[in-house]
Amino acid sequence: MLTFVARRLLYLVPVLIAVSLLTFLIASLLPGDLAYTILGDQATPEKVAALRADMGLDQPIWVRYFGWLGNIMQGDFGRSFRTGQTVLQAVTERLPISLELMFLAQIAALAIGVPLAIICAARSGGPFDRFMTGTAFGMLSVPTFLSAILLIYLFAVELRWLPATGYVPFSEDPARNLRFMVLPALTLALAEWPGIMRVLRSDMIATLQEDYIALAKAKGLKASRILFVHALKPSSLTLVTITGINIGRLIGGAVIVETVFALPGIGRLLVGAITTRDLIILQGVVLLVGAGFVLLNFIVDMLYAMLDPRIRHGHA
Amino acid sequence: MTEAPLLSVEDVTVNLPTPRGNLRAVDHVDLTVGAGRTLGVVGESGCGKTMLSRAILQLLPKKAKLSGRVMFDGQDLLQLSPEKLRKLRGRSLAVVFQDPMTSLNPVLTIGTQLIETLQEHLELDMAAATRRSVELLAAVGIPAPEQRLMQYPHQLSGGMRQRVAIAIALSCEPKLLIADEPTTALDVTIQAQILDLLAREQRRRHMAMVLITHDLGVVAGRTDEVAVMYAGRVVERAPTPALFKKMRMPYTEALLAALPKIDAAPHTPLPAISGRPPDPTRPLKGCSFSPRCRYAAGQCHTEKPGLAEAESPAHLYACFHPIEAGAGISA
Repeated sequence: MLTFVARRLLYLVPVLIAVSLLTFLIASLLPGDLAYTILGDQATPEKVAALRADMGLDQPIWVRYFGWLGNIMQGDFGRSFRTGQTVLQAVTERLPISLELMFLAQIAALAIGVPLAIICAARSGGPFDRFMTGTAFGMLSVPTFLSAILLIYLFAVELRWLPATGYVPFSEDPARNLRFMVLPALTLALAEWPGIMRVLRSDMIATLQEDYIALAKAKGLKASRILFVHALKPSSLTLVTITGINIGRLIGGAVIVETVFALPGIGRLLVGAITTRDLIILQGVVLLVGAGFVLLNFIVDMLYAMLDPRIRHGHA
Repeated sequence: MTEAPLLSVEDVTVNLPTPRGNLRAVDHVDLTVGAGRTLGVVGESGCGKTMLSRAILQLLPKKAKLSGRVMFDGQDLLQLSPEKLRKLRGRSLAVVFQDPMTSLNPVLTIGTQLIETLQEHLELDMAAATRRSVELLAAVGIPAPEQRLMQYPHQLSGGMRQRVAIAIALSCEPKLLIADEPTTALDVTIQAQILDLLAREQRRRHMAMVLITHDLGVVAGRTDEVAVMYAGRVVERAPTPALFKKMRMPYTEALLAALPKIDAAPHTPLPAISGRPPDPTRPLKGCSFSPRCRYAAGQCHTEKPGLAEAESPAHLYACFHPIEAGAGISA
């Protein structure tokens, strides 16, 4: 098991290098000169040249890349030229918001998707299964900006149960924080649960055809034990995969939801950096989000090994 | 036989709807097994043996339609509530499936799979169930049983896995064990060991057993009675010694002839049964074996022979042109 973990950790190194290289390239290849962006159109060529030399922009791209990478190794991701905030400051300030949103959304999506998948698989082909499969398909086609607006209209405007926009830190007032989080988390969960349900349902249906399920029935086990112990665990590998990918995507990808609900998370930070052409923030945040995504998928790999002993023992 | 048999399969028919039409997997089968007795069910692949075993266990696919009666221990299994059936399965009616590679759950330890059965039916606490699991694994010939409890199926060989499956089946001292081709998926060297283990445990526990196989050699000497199935029907049924002494049904004879003989000269061609069993979705009007039978005459192609008595009431066969006494190939 330990060598398994070590091997997987070793795989991370080239992936992370590739992520940093791509991030840097994309940011560097964007049109426009950073020095002009900082100084404005009216700047004299001399001042621009001086700033370029100062920032190292006149160096070849690979020198800049290794310089940037070297600074990152020392924990220096750079500093926004607009606000003076370092990338790490900006991210640590906003990350808890995005993490909380992502966590609540995944919990809600799993809480909806997993039980429905199990019921549908146990009664596959029945009226409930057909109804839910159809509903899931419909929900899959609803974009988040639409469900966000509909939820705001229903719960904030008509029923007045929950606030439409805004944010209070969890440390300040947990109850109010959660009230602000319910609608954005629900919006994301509504987009996530159909995928969870469809994947788990079809894996469960396949598992329920297995010989060992027939034997579990022949052993006289209770239906609940067969479903939850014998069938759920071997069916959940794909579920873990898509949950891992979803979470990674949500760290920086909840842009629309954070914008609609005015949550100051990583997504809004990214959008802000793009609109103000704050390249230092942009490449720093993209790199951190990318690294987080890679790390999450490493955790998913570990979860596979927990779920299936054959992976743990290197048989599969 | 004066008392009611432990298992009695009465006029059981299984129909499966398929895209190609209705498939009659089991066709009006009658069988009985007394307490502590063994019945061998023999036939080619696709002759309905497994469907028959699934019908007894009530584990048929959802779409299958079952008619007839399956009486087990005085109860009609078809009429039982799901809850009563569940209490019976694993407790007094146990099964060993064909392939131990797929019949054990890959993500649960051997211990979990044994202990859960014991706890479900015998109300044992964890310590008692664990102790009993170790005893069971030792009884089926698994070395170092304590360590095995912590292992997963993939860490065991095929033969060992089948021993585990047998230990699970035996765990609650069932009255009847259905062994559905228990050695087909195993190495030849392991087959005899597993069959001997089953026979030994069957005698020791005074348990009835239905041994399903495609190999007449397996049932010889290990069963009290043999039923030969072909195309979903029982075509010959007799006490094992009587069957091997003089078989009446040409299909039984052909099955036996198709077994390789240890004393045959090298390079003797094996008299395999040519042709294939009939398409079960297109039942024949006459005897199902007639297209492949070397004795078949006019009547065989137009009429289905019933299961009739031979010289003794225990020996039944379905054939218009039975092999004359003494003409059969000696076993």
